[in-house]
Amino acid sequence: MTDTAGLQSGDQVRCRYAGTDLAGTFITRRDGYAVVKLESGYNIGIPEDAITATAAASAAAPVMPPVPQNPDLPSVAIISTGGTIASRIDYRTGAVTSQFSADDILRAIPGLTGIASFRSRQLATILSENMQPALWQELARAIHAEIRSGAGGVIVTHGTDTMSYSAAAVSFMLETPVPVVFVGSQRSADRPSSDNVMNGMCAAQAAISDLGEVCVVMHASTSDDRCAIHRGTRVRKMHTSRRDAFASIGMAPLGTVAYPSLDVTLSPGAVRRGTTEPALHDALDDRVGMVTFYPGMDPAVIDGFAGYQGLVVSGTGLGHVSAGCIRQLAALVRDGTAVVMTSQCLNGRVCDRVYDTGRDLLAAGVIEGEDMLPEVAMTKLMWVLGRTDDPDEVRDLMRTSLRGELGRCSAHGL
Amino acid sequence: MDYKAIGLKAGIEIHQQLDTREKLFCHCPTVLRDVLDRNGEFFRYLRATESELGEIDRAAEEEMKQVRQFAYYAYDTTCLVENDEEPPAPLNPEAMEICLTLAKMTGATPVPSVHVMRKLVIDGSNTSGFQRTALVALGGSVPAGARIETLCLEEEAAQRVEGDVFSLDRLGIPLVEITTAPDMRTPEQVREVAAYIGMLLRSTGRVKRGLGTIRQDINISIAGGARVEIKGVQELDLIDEVVRREVARQQHLIAIRDELRARGAAIHAVYFDVTGLFAATKSAILKKAPLILALRLIGFAGLVGREIQPGRRLGSEMADYAKKCGVGGIFHTDELPAYGVTAEEVEAVREACHADPGDCVVLVAASRKKAECAAQQVVRRALLALDGVPEETRKMLEEGNTAYMRPLPGAARMYPETDVLPVAVPQAYWDGLFVPELLSSKAERFAAEYGFDDQLSRQLAFSEQCVLFERAVADGIRPMLASRTLLATIRELKRDGVAVERLTDAMILQVLARVEDGGLAKEAVPDVLRAVAGGKDLETAAEEIAPPIAVDDLAVLVRRIVAEREDFVKSRGMGSLGPLMGVVMKEVRGRVDGKVIADLLKREIAAML
Repeated sequence: MTDTAGLQSGDQVRCRYAGTDLAGTFITRRDGYAVVKLESGYNIGIPEDAITATAAASAAAPVMPPVPQNPDLPSVAIISTGGTIASRIDYRTGAVTSQFSADDILRAIPGLTGIASFRSRQLATILSENMQPALWQELARAIHAEIRSGAGGVIVTHGTDTMSYSAAAVSFMLETPVPVVFVGSQRSADRPSSDNVMNGMCAAQAAISDLGEVCVVMHASTSDDRCAIHRGTRVRKMHTSRRDAFASIGMAPLGTVAYPSLDVTLSPGAVRRGTTEPALHDALDDRVGMVTFYPGMDPAVIDGFAGYQGLVVSGTGLGHVSAGCIRQLAALVRDGTAVVMTSQCLNGRVCDRVYDTGRDLLAAGVIEGEDMLPEVAMTKLMWVLGRTDDPDEVRDLMRTSLRGELGRCSAHGL
Repeated sequence: MDYKAIGLKAGIEIHQQLDTREKLFCHCPTVLRDVLDRNGEFFRYLRATESELGEIDRAAEEEMKQVRQFAYYAYDTTCLVENDEEPPAPLNPEAMEICLTLAKMTGATPVPSVHVMRKLVIDGSNTSGFQRTALVALGGSVPAGARIETLCLEEEAAQRVEGDVFSLDRLGIPLVEITTAPDMRTPEQVREVAAYIGMLLRSTGRVKRGLGTIRQDINISIAGGARVEIKGVQELDLIDEVVRREVARQQHLIAIRDELRARGAAIHAVYFDVTGLFAATKSAILKKAPLILALRLIGFAGLVGREIQPGRRLGSEMADYAKKCGVGGIFHTDELPAYGVTAEEVEAVREACHADPGDCVVLVAASRKKAECAAQQVVRRALLALDGVPEETRKMLEEGNTAYMRPLPGAARMYPETDVLPVAVPQAYWDGLFVPELLSSKAERFAAEYGFDDQLSRQLAFSEQCVLFERAVADGIRPMLASRTLLATIRELKRDGVAVERLTDAMILQVLARVEDGGLAKEAVPDVLRAVAGGKDLETAAEEIAPPIAVDDLAVLVRRIVAEREDFVKSRGMGSLGPLMGVVMKEVRGRVDGKVIADLLKREIAAML
């Protein structure tokens, strides 16, 4: 019996198990076993009393030299928030965690330094489900600061789960003359097939392109052939795991970046570089909720949003909820909550003038969210309520396109 | 050759596909498809990544010398997991059970908590860029004379269609990998151990059969040589030849090393641009090459061209290394003038790089990037020649030769598969695992219980039909009838072009059961099976081919035939039984069992005599 309580990850050990005597490296404790990496590279979980420490872990990890850059190339800022594009295995727990610095991204995607000269800022290292509106605000401020100090483009690395929320929130808070490109990856960076290299290269090329708005750049198909450039207020993650999970809803993508040529093609409707001056409007009212209606929903669920400044409803079809829910929504509106109706169809426009239910919703004071995506309507409502609490002004702003988030006409052929 | 004296040490890794219902990490079936049935195609690039300890594997780095685009074919029997577009499902418990059963059969000990790893493989055969693999058990042995070091469960790679195009149907089929210690000392012993393990695998009755479903990798070294891993030996009969040729190769490389050292050989790592010398050459390859680099290997003359395996030289090894950069091969002065290169051109090249007669000059022709990469690879291989035998992973060529594939991979190629949770192997589960009868024991039992001779017993026990045979016997079918039908009749029908694959186990059992019930003569079995394979139901087939014949009718028939041949019967006595059997059988065309006829005939003949 050996005292293994003091074992550290990386310590050299001997395993006496199953009549064998094998050298290995102690990795961690898991499920009641000691996890040991054998010389063959295999990890096995065996009883702790089968291992003996032979040597301490070698000293700290080697210090990586800074990545050399070409100052003659366009200046691009990378702001990292975490996510799979910047993930690495934590071999203590065996889980994939976000812990890359922006500099590590340059190291992981060597081709980047041939596209632009990068400066990097690490805002957070979180998985995007842990994102908060306060962090959206910090992000908008950081991007604004980078643009003000001369960045010709900004790349934001972000987890894909809530990337579209952040892209929409930043779209409203920021007026930008340069591309602000959100990018992530669907398959972790530690695998040879990760989409992080191609997405990162395409994002960098988009960041030095003629674009002048907030966008998301991700795989356009399952092949490594091109990335799509999506408007930040029109994009949605539409698949849990595929590389081409991101799709523009209600409009065609702003453009594409071909791979590996990195040729950028922009649609005529894409806002061009230099169209506006940089400006920051970073007030948000985060007392805004979102609820998805379902058949049989207990109207009391809606009571839970009492006291909220705003509520986005994801209704059925053209934008409907049950009669019982309408009464609760009417009560919310009476008490000063701005209620915006969107559709769980995602595609198409809300129209509450066709059926009685819709007309009752309008009579209750619910605002039609036009063809906005529910999440976009929610971030927009936070931003609008951060500017004004005048109900008429809120209604007008919610139904006006501020950053291309809604269209006057529903395009055909998509 | 005295292999013990030269210090031969060999071990094998056997990879066997398991016949599970679903793949190892997804719920797709484990079926192979025709590429023409594909319903999707996509392409990807792969690149080497660091292990969790921050290192890049040297074998993976070697594959990275060229940027390659890999294309994949998908089917209606593959899913997003094979496409590397969805996280893996939990490890298939059926595959785990088979692997643990094999562990128990070899006396190995299971790992109590099995961790799935990713083994970096970026030759395109895995969409993810890694192969998932888990060490399941340690420390067993086989009576053929080898310790079993490990039993692993792995996912099969995608099948290469051609070039960099792969088919995803095979990707993810479970494989068990059995690795022996380097305990074998002669080529024949390697083959024996491989054969024994093959028998062990088939004894489970749960492994795939047929070409490509089992592959052997062989690890070989000799004293003064180095460990070399030879991948993908498919035919058991070639194993000993592969070992013999690898031993010869290592011996030649050691001899070359000794001679190089004696000559004071060295490598001049400066390349000379000799493109201009070949402006008017008759060599098609050199003429169209954008750049030709020459490399002087001091003291190598005659040795680069020395044969180390039948038809393969040290130069072939250098060419293997150079090919990693995308060039087609190399030229060296040991084989020149030839291939359209003249003696004058050789002389000019020698002069350009100040080569002495004792030197060998190597030429590489390609674009600048490829040529420089290839020249560096030749230098690398030449330096290794000064050390003797390099540690390598090699691939099988025809007839037992091998070619360089990549350096031996290290531990850096393995890192945890974080999307799959560790799998516990509880003691009670292990204790309860059923250990199947070995096919060799089964053969002995067949001989003892059914009176089969040794050859038939063995043939039956090792055949794919064995499971069905045992089911038939358990259902009350006579062993000889079952074995003859399964081993002989079906094969003969197949040879006649009958679609025997349409015969389900249940159909065959029904036909045999009908024989045992007396509803069909065993002589009619081939024709009935033929009709059933052709789409007829058993009832119709039996009625058409062999309508039952009443005992009374048969007696009348036999009596008539005997009466018609009275003279013959009287002159031959009981000796007329055989010829008369033939006559009756022809008349009843398999509608009656021969034994019944013989009994009747005997009675009639005896009555007449």
